[in-house]
Amino acid sequence: MSAGITKNPQIKAVPSSTDEFIKGLWRDNPVFVQVLGMCPVLAVSNTAQNALAMGLATAFVLLMSNILVASLRNFIPKQVRIASYILIIATFVTIVDYAIQAISVDLHKNLGAFISLIVVNCLILSRAEAFASKNTIGKSIMDALGMGVGFVFALFCLGAVREILGNGTFFDISLFPDSFQEWIIMILPAGGFFTLALWLVLFNIYKIKQA
Amino acid sequence: MLSKTLHISTSPHINKGVSTDMIMKNVVYALIPVALFSVYAFGINAFLVVNTSVIACVFTEHLLCRWSNQESTISDWSAIITGLLLGLTLPPIFPLWMTFLGGVMAIALGKFVFGGLGYNAFNPALVGRAILQAAFPVAITTWHPSFLEDRFVSISNAVLAFPFAKPIVDGISGATPLSAFKFDHVATDSTDLALGLISGSTGETCSWLIALGGVYLIYKKMMNWRIPVTILTSVFVLSGILYLFDNQIYPSPMFMLFSGGLMLGAVFMATDMVGSPITPLGIVIYGIFIGVLVVVIRIWGGLPEGVMYAILLGNALTPQIDSIIRPKVYGTKKAML
Repeated sequence: MSAGITKNPQIKAVPSSTDEFIKGLWRDNPVFVQVLGMCPVLAVSNTAQNALAMGLATAFVLLMSNILVASLRNFIPKQVRIASYILIIATFVTIVDYAIQAISVDLHKNLGAFISLIVVNCLILSRAEAFASKNTIGKSIMDALGMGVGFVFALFCLGAVREILGNGTFFDISLFPDSFQEWIIMILPAGGFFTLALWLVLFNIYKIKQA
Repeated sequence: MLSKTLHISTSPHINKGVSTDMIMKNVVYALIPVALFSVYAFGINAFLVVNTSVIACVFTEHLLCRWSNQESTISDWSAIITGLLLGLTLPPIFPLWMTFLGGVMAIALGKFVFGGLGYNAFNPALVGRAILQAAFPVAITTWHPSFLEDRFVSISNAVLAFPFAKPIVDGISGATPLSAFKFDHVATDSTDLALGLISGSTGETCSWLIALGGVYLIYKKMMNWRIPVTILTSVFVLSGILYLFDNQIYPSPMFMLFSGGLMLGAVFMATDMVGSPITPLGIVIYGIFIGVLVVVIRIWGGLPEGVMYAILLGNALTPQIDSIIRPKVYGTKKAML
């Protein structure tokens, strides 16, 4: 720090729990701003239902792993922390995997390998490493909730657009008359890239206009 | 003191005065006979499809330039070429709203996101068509017979489909020579093929008119002759070898040359100056790569036609070719390979 600059106490102030929640929703949105966890975002956002389920599953794992990592943060040795985080995350992913199987086999089939791949979702690991391992349980909960809701919101934005255009339905409810022409490309992987790009454009336009 | 009459400038000192819009204008001239033949063969439907595509491209280019606070670049004629090429690669009874969407995509995603003319990695018209192919696979493979009696008076219902509605195909649909060969194993009469009396995309049927346009551009030195020549030669040679190997299964090399969009692609699309390599050797590699891919996709692929994907993949390979094959620097001993 250079000596000439006087510290502004308001800028340096410790962020409150609400701030931790809000930042994940908007300012540091995991998908639209940090562009993390692209694998599930692009792969399983072809329908609103899949996107919502995937988002909720990830948010649950994020919340639980943040809580556990934050509560164990003083006991995990630095050298083995990544392995420990992965172990903690994998435990909750297994729980989610079996829970989804119990709730709906069809949904489990739709999401496929991407449920197991939550383990290596960089969003969860980055929150464990960058936030939960340095903050209290309470703050980590707020952080996980904010990031989780932000992730669900982003996935839902993609899934809704892709399902409406690509299939003419929303949560399997037909929106248009039978003569509607589906844009097949939107439910193909290429459509995921297009939709994500369009949302990023919209987000950036909004941000630039605000600034 | 330097005298005022002495000009000091860097090389090149001799220039032909050929500007971008002059080249583009000549490409449009070369395409006009092809477009006219498409209207002659498919009537008012083709006229509507090609015009909609041109209007969509010019409109999008103008709008995007305005939005990004730039001077509008529609006067360089490149958007018109993209529109013409896209329109000429679509089936004659393609719905106009899809055509318009394709034109918007071609300019916006194929050209503008890369930074406009000169920066596009892929041929914009083919990007638009590839998106349409993936989005509306049924509509883009619904073909229409050419030279129908009522082609100048009746407009197909499919062309006038309401935006976002499925096209209703009325009357007869015709198979292209390639799909007839692929799915029914029926070879088309070679005279019909040569004269362009066949079904297909609006602008791809009359190979000799396209070749004529190509010859005009080569004569004007506005196109690199190596690109179409290497593509067509490699298609001819490879399919010739296969034909000699077993002429029951594989189509004849002449059929391969004159069917589908090969001529249109080789002459007008693969020659896109931005998407093709710079050095002569690089161009030969590029041409052979495209030619081989066309044969491979047509014969062993799931689709009857593969020119579009072959050229797009060739465009994708171009930067790699250019980085490996560099021109020999004057004064150095060995060519840098």
